[in-house]
Amino acid sequence: MPGIFVLGTIENGIPSRSTLELLTGAQRLAGGLQEGVSVGLLGPGDAASLYRYGVEAVYRANHPLLKEYQADLYLLALQRIAQTAGARVLLLSGDSLGRDLAARLAFRLKAGIVTDVIEIDIEGSEKMPRFTRPAYGGKAAAVIIPKRFPVVVTLKPRTLDPAAPAGKPKGKEIPVEISLDLAQARTRMVERVQEETTGVKLEDARAVVSGGRGLGGPEGFTLLVQLARVLKGAVGASRAATDAGWVPSSMQVGQTGKTVSPDLYIAVGISGATQHVAGISGAKTIVAINADPEAPIFKVAHLGIVGDYKAILPPLIAKCRELMGS
Amino acid sequence: MRIVVCVKQIIDPELPASQFRIDAESKRQRANGHPLVISPYDENALEVALTLKEKTGGTVAVVSAGEPSAISALRKGLAMGADEAALISDPALDGSDAFGLAAALARGIQKLGTPDLVLCGCESGDWADRTVGPILAEALNIPCVSFVAQVEAQDGRLRMRRVVEEGYEIWEGAPPLLLTILSHESNVPRYPKVKDIMTASRRSIPTWSAADLGVEAGDIGKAAMRTEVQQLTLPSRESRCELLDGEPAQQVATLITKLRERKAI
Repeated sequence: MPGIFVLGTIENGIPSRSTLELLTGAQRLAGGLQEGVSVGLLGPGDAASLYRYGVEAVYRANHPLLKEYQADLYLLALQRIAQTAGARVLLLSGDSLGRDLAARLAFRLKAGIVTDVIEIDIEGSEKMPRFTRPAYGGKAAAVIIPKRFPVVVTLKPRTLDPAAPAGKPKGKEIPVEISLDLAQARTRMVERVQEETTGVKLEDARAVVSGGRGLGGPEGFTLLVQLARVLKGAVGASRAATDAGWVPSSMQVGQTGKTVSPDLYIAVGISGATQHVAGISGAKTIVAINADPEAPIFKVAHLGIVGDYKAILPPLIAKCRELMGS
Repeated sequence: MRIVVCVKQIIDPELPASQFRIDAESKRQRANGHPLVISPYDENALEVALTLKEKTGGTVAVVSAGEPSAISALRKGLAMGADEAALISDPALDGSDAFGLAAALARGIQKLGTPDLVLCGCESGDWADRTVGPILAEALNIPCVSFVAQVEAQDGRLRMRRVVEEGYEIWEGAPPLLLTILSHESNVPRYPKVKDIMTASRRSIPTWSAADLGVEAGDIGKAAMRTEVQQLTLPSRESRCELLDGEPAQQVATLITKLRERKAI
């Protein structure tokens, strides 16, 4: 039985980006621990494309009640397929779904748990998996080892590269019987609201322009939107700006928000709290524009301008527009 | 409604990185006399509890599992408006992972009386594992909704706004429930009044040991650890920020040049 288990999702007939990231981790563990890889799927979705990534088996729980996310039902189904698969290491994405399930799943499987993992390797002769994760808001990095198996691991999204196809596709699907009843859902999701985002997705953007408390109000974001548009990028925000209700929380970059790793990150009026910095450590170039020369953001930025963003952004937008020829 | 809020006392997470030191033996941050605070989201959770109490009546208790110093975090909770507080502190808890802490918290919460609602911060300001809350829900055998920004009580049921990547979800459930709370404009923690700080400083707060709570020795401490911190290191990333001088037009021109050199645009 394959011991490395990935909770996968299929989008438009192919593995989702986060599933491919999980498969990268799984391939690494499988190589080091001499184990096989299985994928668990909840609900429908064509599994065939998974076999190109070294997946030996797909365990699927298919039930009409799994069509949309209901935590209690997903947990019951996931526990069932993980046990059927004989999982020793379970990899889940550290997105809002994985975060919601992982710790409770670990409790039910009497497993250990490591969250927000950014690196996986195998320690020498002991053949022990080692999981690296940020700690103290990114001020330190911790290496965590399991003291028992199984262990549930969530990977911080957008840190491992998506898996490349590995070898000849050879795998089979194993249906897992499950009976579910809506009465088992002690809480219910009754509505899902998508907040409007225009243009490039924040997580995918090569350029991100983010604003914080220093903008002074929601109207400050107008300039940021213009700059982001010229750079063909996306607009983000610090927790201070989303907590103030200036922009929707889906725009939050940081420890509790999104992790971004663009080529260019421009932080405008953002003090640089550790909570925010934790979400931008993968950015190649960080520019800080802030009126306060003492702001901690200047400790992490590569290039900094101390000044009033209202004076800096208009000429910056104009210059970039010239350069980009738009 | 009986509400219990779990709070964790941590070293101020906004301490500058330059003052951050690692204790090699415990593989944790060295306290070095730095200020201790309530982990930020736990204060948001307490604010949610106090607001619910004001609207629907009931009581709010704060509970913490940690060092004896955490009594000051509980006093702040009382000063903010909690009715009751209890500390779970025992050297036997040292080295506990999320499962050990949740086992102790579950017993402490039950000792306070069966709760309708248990609130935790969505993550701690130090390790941010996001595990104690959901594990505690399992240990108490109650459902959990995570990353909740807003809660409303309606006809004995609760309606939660859960934040996800692309927006939010609305969840409903009947007590008992455990929620992990995210900061939001509706739950900015209140400042305690001086009078209430004075009153809280005179309150006696019970401290419970693992034995007081009937926690199995095998469920807590180092021996029960399911995962271990093998190493804690400082990342070597120390970028030197280049500050660009001049008038805005000059600063922008230099910025563009530098960004092109770095192939950032």
